[in-house]
Amino acid sequence: MPPQRVNGTRRFMLAGLGLLAAAIAIYAAYRLFTPPAPEIDIAYNTVSRDGLYQVMFETDAQPVPVNETHEWVVTVTTPDGAPVTDASIAVDGGMPAHGHGLPTEPQAAENLGEGRYRVEGMRFNMGGHWEIRIGISADPGLDEAVFNLDL
Amino acid sequence: MKTARRHAAIGALCGLLALSACDSGALSEDERAKIASLSIDALGPVPPSPGNRFADDPRAADFGRRLFFDEGLSGTGTVSCATCHNPDRQFQDGLPRGVGVAETDRRTMPLAGAAWNIWQFWDGRRDSLWAQALTPLEDQREHAGNRTAYARYIAEAYAGTYEEIFGPLPDLSQAPENASPLGTETERADWSAMAPEQREAVNRVFADIGKAIAAFERTLAPPETRFDRFARAMAAGQQPAGNAAFSDLELEGLRLFIGKANCLECHNGPRLTDDHFHNTGVPPAEGLPEDLGRATGIATVQSDPFNCLGRHSDATPEACEALRFMKRDATAMERAYKTPSLRGVAGRPPYMHAGQIASLEAVIDHYSSAPDAVSGQSEIRGVVFTDRGRQALIAFLKTLDPSGP
Repeated sequence: MPPQRVNGTRRFMLAGLGLLAAAIAIYAAYRLFTPPAPEIDIAYNTVSRDGLYQVMFETDAQPVPVNETHEWVVTVTTPDGAPVTDASIAVDGGMPAHGHGLPTEPQAAENLGEGRYRVEGMRFNMGGHWEIRIGISADPGLDEAVFNLDL
Repeated sequence: MKTARRHAAIGALCGLLALSACDSGALSEDERAKIASLSIDALGPVPPSPGNRFADDPRAADFGRRLFFDEGLSGTGTVSCATCHNPDRQFQDGLPRGVGVAETDRRTMPLAGAAWNIWQFWDGRRDSLWAQALTPLEDQREHAGNRTAYARYIAEAYAGTYEEIFGPLPDLSQAPENASPLGTETERADWSAMAPEQREAVNRVFADIGKAIAAFERTLAPPETRFDRFARAMAAGQQPAGNAAFSDLELEGLRLFIGKANCLECHNGPRLTDDHFHNTGVPPAEGLPEDLGRATGIATVQSDPFNCLGRHSDATPEACEALRFMKRDATAMERAYKTPSLRGVAGRPPYMHAGQIASLEAVIDHYSSAPDAVSGQSEIRGVVFTDRGRQALIAFLKTLDPSGP
């Protein structure tokens, strides 16, 4: 094999690698300067806006399903963990990015005791970011807990 | 130097290829999950119909099939369910608006998979298939008949079959020949003059007609499509073979559908519908009366005597989930219409609730330009498509056609 040819192959590879690296660098820079997706706090346990209640929700359907009517159990305690047993619960929500609400009107159907409330008629009709607002009215006062879900 | 330059050019090309591969390479995990969610394999069995205890009775389904095709079930003797829901055309008619005895205001919907719907009609004004089936029978532009005439017809033409399924027919000899709470002035007057128990007897036979037709319609499952075979191969980690393999254009269309084109926001799940109502800014068809869509349907379904909570429903009130948790805010639902399933969509132009849009190309143009709604608020945000993107999206939609290649 003539040395010139070896030289040519190596140069070809180097050029190729160099340009590939450059391309990757450009792509990485592009990704770096693309604004990151907004941070969404996804938790099933949160403190209500004015700090009156600690609120948690549980659901048998995991992950939270799309296009399936299902139930939630919402647990409400005071910040120091005492169950709030006599609360009125109202559930509302929607997709902030699309400007529409829930496809259903969920209802707090049953007070299960020990600060637990069964909510029926939960339904999400598309994937994406949903905001669920749980209004709580009990002795400590009126407050609202907000859950962000990414389905 | 010349060789080096040429090699550098090849290298640059490789770099570019690497970049574009970010867009056209193998399907990501997220894309695979979305594809699987649309597959017919994700469709569960036909959901229960608590209001219809004959829903899964094969005798009722057989009776319902006969009724579905029976033109005797009309005021004129010329219209059956199949007049608009033509089985050779996906149980629809290909017309902008259905034509029974006269032209209606809405596009006929196909029936495959209708038993999975939560709401029936474009505006969801019925909450079950059996309640739906009753409505056109008394619509003067559709079957143009009346309630007592239908009950009497069943007693005359189908007494044995009826009684085998539903039990003894009531004595209808005293019932007027033509009477209905929804008919002509005379029919309404004659209906009011009937004894309450006689009206209820007629209502029961009438409701059973709907329950039988619904039992038949529940057997109309969405057929498997090329897309489903493609999705099944993907899910199994196999290369789709034969006609399950997608062309580059179809794959590109699928990726747009589940990605940048935002179609999945409403057309999701194995029937490619979210079973909900959306204002998408579709302009009204010319010459039709004002149509507010779901905003009107909410009150109509609540007052329907044949809804899930009505006395002819077999459901316990707790089982009436659709009505119990129904979104009642009519203002938010102005000119919102039900998301139609996209299975078989390429084979059934024209589109939209009054057949306003003639072709899929024009539908894509509509969603691309996203015009404001004439009333209410359109949810659509415009998407810019390249010509290739439009073609790709249509190529993908054709893979949802049951008769697709």
